[in-house]
Amino acid sequence: MSRPDDTAPPSLDSLWGQRESQTFDRHTIHEIHRAAREGLYRIRGFGAKRPLPHFDDLVFLGASISRYPLEGYREKCDTTVTLGTRFAKTPITLRTPITIAGMSFGALSGPAKEALGRGANAVGTSTTSGDGGITDEERTYSKTLVYQLLPSRYGMNPKHLRSVDAIEIVVGQGAKPGGGGMLLGQKISDRVAQMRTLPKGIDQRSACRHPDWTGPDDLAIKIQEIREITDWEKPIYVKIGATRTYYDVMLCVKAGADVIVLDGMQGGTGATQDVFIEHVGIPTLPALRQAVEALQELDMHRKVQLIVSGGIRTGADVAKALAMGADAVAIGTAALIALGDNHPSLADAYQRMGTVPGLFEDWQAGNDPAGITTQDPDQYSRLDPEVAGHRLANYLRVLTLETQTLARACGKSHVHNLEPEDLRALTVEAAAMAGVPLAGTDWIPGRS
Amino acid sequence: MDTIDLDIVPLRDLNARLHDPAEVARITDWRITNSKGRHNIAVGLDAPVTVSIAGHVGYYCAGMNEQATVEVHGNAGVGLAENMMSGRVVVHGNASQAAGATAHGGLLVIHGDAAGRCGISLKGADIVVKGSVGHMTAFMAQAGRLVVCGDAGDGLGDSLYEAVIYVAGSVHGLGADCVEQPMEDADRAAVAELLATAGIDDIDPSRFRRYGSARELYTFKIENVGAY
Repeated sequence: MSRPDDTAPPSLDSLWGQRESQTFDRHTIHEIHRAAREGLYRIRGFGAKRPLPHFDDLVFLGASISRYPLEGYREKCDTTVTLGTRFAKTPITLRTPITIAGMSFGALSGPAKEALGRGANAVGTSTTSGDGGITDEERTYSKTLVYQLLPSRYGMNPKHLRSVDAIEIVVGQGAKPGGGGMLLGQKISDRVAQMRTLPKGIDQRSACRHPDWTGPDDLAIKIQEIREITDWEKPIYVKIGATRTYYDVMLCVKAGADVIVLDGMQGGTGATQDVFIEHVGIPTLPALRQAVEALQELDMHRKVQLIVSGGIRTGADVAKALAMGADAVAIGTAALIALGDNHPSLADAYQRMGTVPGLFEDWQAGNDPAGITTQDPDQYSRLDPEVAGHRLANYLRVLTLETQTLARACGKSHVHNLEPEDLRALTVEAAAMAGVPLAGTDWIPGRS
Repeated sequence: MDTIDLDIVPLRDLNARLHDPAEVARITDWRITNSKGRHNIAVGLDAPVTVSIAGHVGYYCAGMNEQATVEVHGNAGVGLAENMMSGRVVVHGNASQAAGATAHGGLLVIHGDAAGRCGISLKGADIVVKGSVGHMTAFMAQAGRLVVCGDAGDGLGDSLYEAVIYVAGSVHGLGADCVEQPMEDADRAAVAELLATAGIDDIDPSRFRRYGSARELYTFKIENVGAY
């Protein structure tokens, strides 16, 4: 039976008899068509987009007859955190437990890196370098800077090691545990190429494992080398993607880490295969519980500090991570959004690229109207690092205030006093993963 | 000259002294005894001093070296002179895996053999190996030169960027995107200069063949899928 007008799209009413496949939904069908057309896997930025158990599946109990709350704005709720107390001569003290995760110059523009530094400085927290080493601007604008030692060793310079406040040995990343970095040719500008000792315009591959060590025993020697080179002054972090977290955390402790950075699968990336982002690693929620259990079993909880990242968006996420036992969190994707990524004011520009604010994920492409994930001067000049840095500082302040709000509601005078007992889970899955009781019960799946 | 006995002086004290500007200004020649395969000896140096080590060394000896000359009278463990920036590191014995890994500058001379992944991710340094090298040598090497007077193991120069490899002996197999290239006069001159600088005078530079990148894998192309 033909419709009155064959050229018009079908009305919604006429589609009621049709049913979308849960297995072959429209996104899946589109991806099959794209793969058939292009013959190459999909590479994109951002993080996992599929539904995952997360901090949203937990709630705080708040105060009750047996727990009295603290007065908001009047009774102090401390947020300071000190990182690197195990071996380093000069641990880092931050005014907020929310740090900026490692993101490279190359993946990000110079103004974006500057904005991250400005925002972090304003609230007394740290930023982290990324693949390719650090730029002079990054060192200038980031008062407390963590330097990543990555498998590629692009731009690796011992003078930089000595100039920073902490060193982070990157073993893995939540978006792609087991995978190396990618920086596609569009983003390999003259400056990026020079910093990484690579030809301009190539699709740059970063190694997926370190060139000079394999396994935990080697890692211990590598950590000792970095300590010797920096005269045991700097805290040494080890960053792992969330996979075999319980054992990895134990091995990090054994190898001598001061701080462990645990990145769950919701963690973002500048460029990786979609299949990697969505199908490798475990969510932040269970990984965090496993990490804390490993530290507690070794009697190293709070002695080796734990920074958790991967999907941190709100003060509620921060507070829940701390309550589960983290010492601090790191944000990446949320920080870029605070700078202006996916902002509705860029709707026209996004539309010309075939997308809309809220869905833009092509951080790998080097074409970014927000001026954040690009090396194109015409684009990155649109990002005012002072304005963007101010926005980030505001956002970090909000996260900190929200965290304090929840901690006070639970009667805590320091955000680190939040504890698993303050939490309940809304789903059976979250209860099992987080190791807290299902709300309204005493049941923790797998324990009782 | 100052002699440091590592059976007496803790490694941490040795490295701290070698990093102390006043110490390295006062003493330019250092001799280290009883190294006994210890790891991380003479790492992070950044002064024009000479450090002579009597014995074997463990992992990362002379790691991230700048300016200094470090000489090992024995064998070296994994990651010898890793990420060296400048200066000179000489080993009179053999070197384990990943010798000269990611080194940006300077000269590494190995008078014996080097194990697998010698010069991995090399970023501009020169490496001269009087003996043979193991598998995956110069894997993903980006810049710099590697001279091998003996043979090379399988997967030589896999995923090579702009580094250049010269081999006098046999090559067991080339890695992805690594190809033999014509040996020009400039190459023979470069090999001769590197051998002379390394103090190796018993091999004819004309025996060497040159290997470099075909540059076919510099961008992701589906037709290259079999090479990945």
